[in-house]
Amino acid sequence: MALQLPIYFDHNATTPVDNRVFDAMAPYFTEHFGNAASRNHPFGWKAEAGVENARGQVADLIGAGAKDIVITSGATESDNLAIKGVAEMYRDKGDHIITCVSEHKAVVDPCKRLAEDGFEITWLTPDEFGRVSAQQVAEAITDRTILISIMAANNEVGTINPIAEIGSVARDRGVFFHTDATQAAGKMPIDVDEMKIDLLSMSAHKIYGPKGVGCLYVRRRNPRVRLRCQMDGGGHERGMRSGTLNVPGIVGLGEACSVAAAEMDPETQRLTALRDRLQDGISGGLDFVTLNGHPTDRLAGTANLSFAYVEGEALMMKIKDIAVSSGSACTSASLEPSYVLRAMGVTDALAHSSIRFSLGRGTTEEEVDYAIGQVIKAVTELRELSPLYELAMEQQN
Amino acid sequence: MAYSDKVMDHFSNPRNVGALDKNSSHVGTGIVGAPECGDVMKLQIEVDDDGQIVDAKFKTFGCGSAIAASSLATEWLKGKDLDQATELKNTEIASELSLPPVKIHCSVLAEDAIHAAIQDWKRKNGK
Repeated sequence: MALQLPIYFDHNATTPVDNRVFDAMAPYFTEHFGNAASRNHPFGWKAEAGVENARGQVADLIGAGAKDIVITSGATESDNLAIKGVAEMYRDKGDHIITCVSEHKAVVDPCKRLAEDGFEITWLTPDEFGRVSAQQVAEAITDRTILISIMAANNEVGTINPIAEIGSVARDRGVFFHTDATQAAGKMPIDVDEMKIDLLSMSAHKIYGPKGVGCLYVRRRNPRVRLRCQMDGGGHERGMRSGTLNVPGIVGLGEACSVAAAEMDPETQRLTALRDRLQDGISGGLDFVTLNGHPTDRLAGTANLSFAYVEGEALMMKIKDIAVSSGSACTSASLEPSYVLRAMGVTDALAHSSIRFSLGRGTTEEEVDYAIGQVIKAVTELRELSPLYELAMEQQN
Repeated sequence: MAYSDKVMDHFSNPRNVGALDKNSSHVGTGIVGAPECGDVMKLQIEVDDDGQIVDAKFKTFGCGSAIAASSLATEWLKGKDLDQATELKNTEIASELSLPPVKIHCSVLAEDAIHAAIQDWKRKNGK
């Protein structure tokens, strides 16, 4: 198959809906269009059946029971529900929450909001690979801690956290453990019982499902987690999240989970090989390239690289046929470089020089080889324009 | 964000990339910005004995707008005398390149680079 430009290497941002997912969703738009809460006629029953089947598929992906799954509009809502829901429900038990500075904004911002309301938040700092340790968590727990929220895998650098160890610590100390698994669910094995996870957020659109739907896993026993509902209005999802269910979206979420589960192992192998090929190809043709993230405990498709002396947005413009993202300030509204890279100890200069490549289901070897060539050429040309590169070369001689 | 055609043009075909001899008394070198900010511009001017800028070169670590702003600056500097060069305003650069608000600072840095280069020349030539 001929190479089709532009190439999409930004799968951590979002993914195309898989054809199988699209086909599964289609009937629920115009044929089985009923409201899943319509108890009294076949239109509703059909829709409900679709939802319940999907709920089971989601649960299977993470080793949960269908009744533990609360459907939301996506991981951001799930994170808000988990964090605010627990905080508000258990305030009389405690007001201390442990999280990490490099969490996604969907976790950071709710925690900041709670801090404004008088909660105490401990912000752990990750190591140079972006990893938080169980020991760090253990040392931060007090008798007022009611929640630990640590992501399963980081969106910017792909680093995987020791979730099972953290879950163990949390369980031992009687503190609920929430993990934002938006980047991890469907890409690596997760079992909520084995890993002692009490709450888990995920989104469909990261695993070839539609945007606008996700879920929050909420443990019902050993221990039971109760939440103060954030969306009132009818009591849907066992009172935890009101609102008419996005039936086609949920069916899509379920199918996406099912496909991801079935293909996880071979796909992980395939993506790891492609990602390593990309990294090796680029490092082989350029000096001063550094990897941001853990060398091995990392999502299969993610490679966040810094190209010293070259600015990230300029680099993205030069490789305009390849869709990627950057930790450079120029790409954000605030002109601050990536807070995740900064938390990991990456210098601001190198954070400004970073590009995140995130490969996915449709990525081919051909695309990777094309990208290698383009990146080497672009970096080389931009270094010719760079006063920092000029200075570095002068200092070498 | 969509870059203007002019920014794209300067980015794809930057004018006057390179270096002049910073040790020459005819050359003024200005380096502004900081790597931590994602923006460093090095702008050099070569001034003849009549105070005319006969050559200008730049190198920039920065986004497409920053590269375009400094490239445009070198184009505008050539053929001007030092007084005219001092008059160049960032607003003119921003306007020519149709820079959006979030990129205006790139033009400000280019103006700073011009002033720094002129100051350096003046300092070297006892002016």
